[in-house]
Amino acid sequence: MEALREAVSELTVYVHPSNAADVRRAVARQLSTLLFSYEDRFEGVLLAHEVTVESNQAKILNGLVPYFGVPVHANLLLYSPQPDMILEGKVELLGKESIHAVVLGVFSAAIMSDDIHKKFKFKRKGYGARFISRSDKHHMIKKGSMIRFSVKRVETEMSCHITGSLIPPHTGSMLWLSIHDAEYASEISSGNKRASNIGIKIEQNEQDHITFDNEDRVINSERPHKSRKRSLEE
Amino acid sequence: MIDITYHHALLNNIFTMPIWYLRHDTRDALLDLITRLAAVADQFLKECLQMLVNNFTSPGSLGAFIDQPRWLARKKEIYSQLHGSLRMISDTVPLAPRMLKDIIDRSMPKLFDNKAKMVSFVECMLGLDNDRMGDLIGALLLAKVMDLLTELDVNISWEDVLQEEHNKGIFDMEIEDLDEDDDSLGKACFGGNACAEKLDGLMVVVCEHLKSCAEHGRLSKEFDILKTIFRASVLRVHKSKFAQFIMFYACSLDPEICGLEFALFLTDIFTKKEEDPISRMSAVSYVGSYLSRARFISADTVVGVLKRLVDWCVDYCDFQNKIGMSTKPINHQIFYSSCQTIMYILCFRLRSIMEYPNLKSQLFNMPFGYILTHPLEPLKVCLPPIVKEFLRQAKAARLDMFFPFDPYLLKESDRYMRPNFEFWSMVKTTYGNHNGDDDEFADLDAPEMNVGSLDDQVEIDFNSDDDLEYSMNKMSITPHRTFYHPMAMNSDAGLSMPAKIRPSVSPPL
Repeated sequence: MEALREAVSELTVYVHPSNAADVRRAVARQLSTLLFSYEDRFEGVLLAHEVTVESNQAKILNGLVPYFGVPVHANLLLYSPQPDMILEGKVELLGKESIHAVVLGVFSAAIMSDDIHKKFKFKRKGYGARFISRSDKHHMIKKGSMIRFSVKRVETEMSCHITGSLIPPHTGSMLWLSIHDAEYASEISSGNKRASNIGIKIEQNEQDHITFDNEDRVINSERPHKSRKRSLEE
Repeated sequence: MIDITYHHALLNNIFTMPIWYLRHDTRDALLDLITRLAAVADQFLKECLQMLVNNFTSPGSLGAFIDQPRWLARKKEIYSQLHGSLRMISDTVPLAPRMLKDIIDRSMPKLFDNKAKMVSFVECMLGLDNDRMGDLIGALLLAKVMDLLTELDVNISWEDVLQEEHNKGIFDMEIEDLDEDDDSLGKACFGGNACAEKLDGLMVVVCEHLKSCAEHGRLSKEFDILKTIFRASVLRVHKSKFAQFIMFYACSLDPEICGLEFALFLTDIFTKKEEDPISRMSAVSYVGSYLSRARFISADTVVGVLKRLVDWCVDYCDFQNKIGMSTKPINHQIFYSSCQTIMYILCFRLRSIMEYPNLKSQLFNMPFGYILTHPLEPLKVCLPPIVKEFLRQAKAARLDMFFPFDPYLLKESDRYMRPNFEFWSMVKTTYGNHNGDDDEFADLDAPEMNVGSLDDQVEIDFNSDDDLEYSMNKMSITPHRTFYHPMAMNSDAGLSMPAKIRPSVSPPL
């Protein structure tokens, strides 16, 4: 899928002294708090991470609480949908005015009636609601169908909700497209991954602002500052 | 295209509409709109979720009527529709539960909200704790509910609970038609009494929820969550009165697994050196009271736990011998707590253990003598059967204990606990039946009084109540007023093993 990409980054994760006994766990937990949220610095939603702590040396911060900065090498899996990308999702809700699908089982997408190709006719019968193409009645979209759609708009403030469109070519039910759409069919049979393997090196400082008390609960404290250096390499 | 700013007035109407007054079809249509709106854009999602959460409770004006039968059916219907909508939203926007839990957190009833609102909200909230939604946020919801229970609990003082029993008798005799308005009586007394009522109502809701979990095979997962919550919220609460009975009831629903697990869980906390002293002492109090009072716990579980406690005490004594111990009781509080727990358990369970030859022999092999006659002198601090000596010496030792599973006093939810609860009056001891007036332990079953000042003059007059239940509770574990007067100590005032031994301010005998 186009929107998925891998990134490699060098991070500095600041760890609270109480976690000095198990630094790896603290680092993993810190990164895990970012999961499924849109992060500006990654320009995408973090889906998975794999970290290796680079060295045994860490610089201790001056200040009231002596956090120490652990240099970390991280492999990140990111979800960064952009307008005009083609995404795939499963239809959860279907109505005359809109189709709602779920991408990767986690992200919501909505396609409003204006963005549904005129060829699709909405029918509601005993077996449930569905969109059926006027040109080929086998081209059907119903609840549970996997569809390909293009991205119109991405809302990054909360849960990366997508507004999509079924108008551009090569969109519609994946099942039908895999048979009738030559381009798409050849794409999937050749196993050509369009996912970019651009290695983006992100060097930045990241503050660990999570502390753990005895009962293993998370206490949020303030996020002081973060500095950011970034270089792109292809 | 609807915009949240430009069409604010229209949207506001939709989002602030209470669904409780609407007919079924209208409600359906409105909820359908909300569900679809939530899936359209993130900016609506939050408002939609908030609208649904606001409808967990009926609008204020319905408050008085909500418990009537015709409203009860509608209430169930509305809950089920709300759950359905939330589930649908969660299916179309899988990340919605994250937002939902924050909204629920902010909308939770507060301490001073009225009882109907509290009960309604929590009942609806716990209904979310199943399926996918339950997997995602169930633990958090349960934790919030337990926090509320605990908060109510600590705001009850003993006078309030006992006062109500007292009042009940009087009002019943004088004014018959106030029967219907029991509630208003409760409301008239502010503060702790109202808290007790609210807690009572919530306990019913939570117990029903647990019962439903057990029926659907979800109890052990729920129990794991409860254990963590108990550890974090309840264990260290000073003198928690009733909230801990949630664990008691949960264990009773599955004695072999959950019941046993709880006992081992508590014992583990007690024996672990890394745990803080307060948690350890609290844990050992809990295990003592639990094993004594929980009818559903088998004798061999009791013996198993006793063995661990005894082993720990033996190790402790050995260690003290090696290092040359200090004899200040304050340094050995954990040890004395565990000795007292051992003896408390034996008071209740010794007779039943003796019926099993293998358990009996295990018990006889335990070095009680070594522990109890150790130079640390736990007998001086906590041996119950020697009543007067015990009181006198306990005063000197300044040992402070509490037994969390003393008889339960909240009335509505009592029916969940009573079947599983061992009253002292029913316990068979090894020295024969104890129905006489001079029963030394007659006081083990009644409520514990709050640690008050010496001026505590609350009289408990149970004789005014004809109810059989209350006569069973006649036995007071509480030191009567005479406790505070050294002279009266010499009379047989029927005092025996108090649940608490407080630092005494009266001159030693």
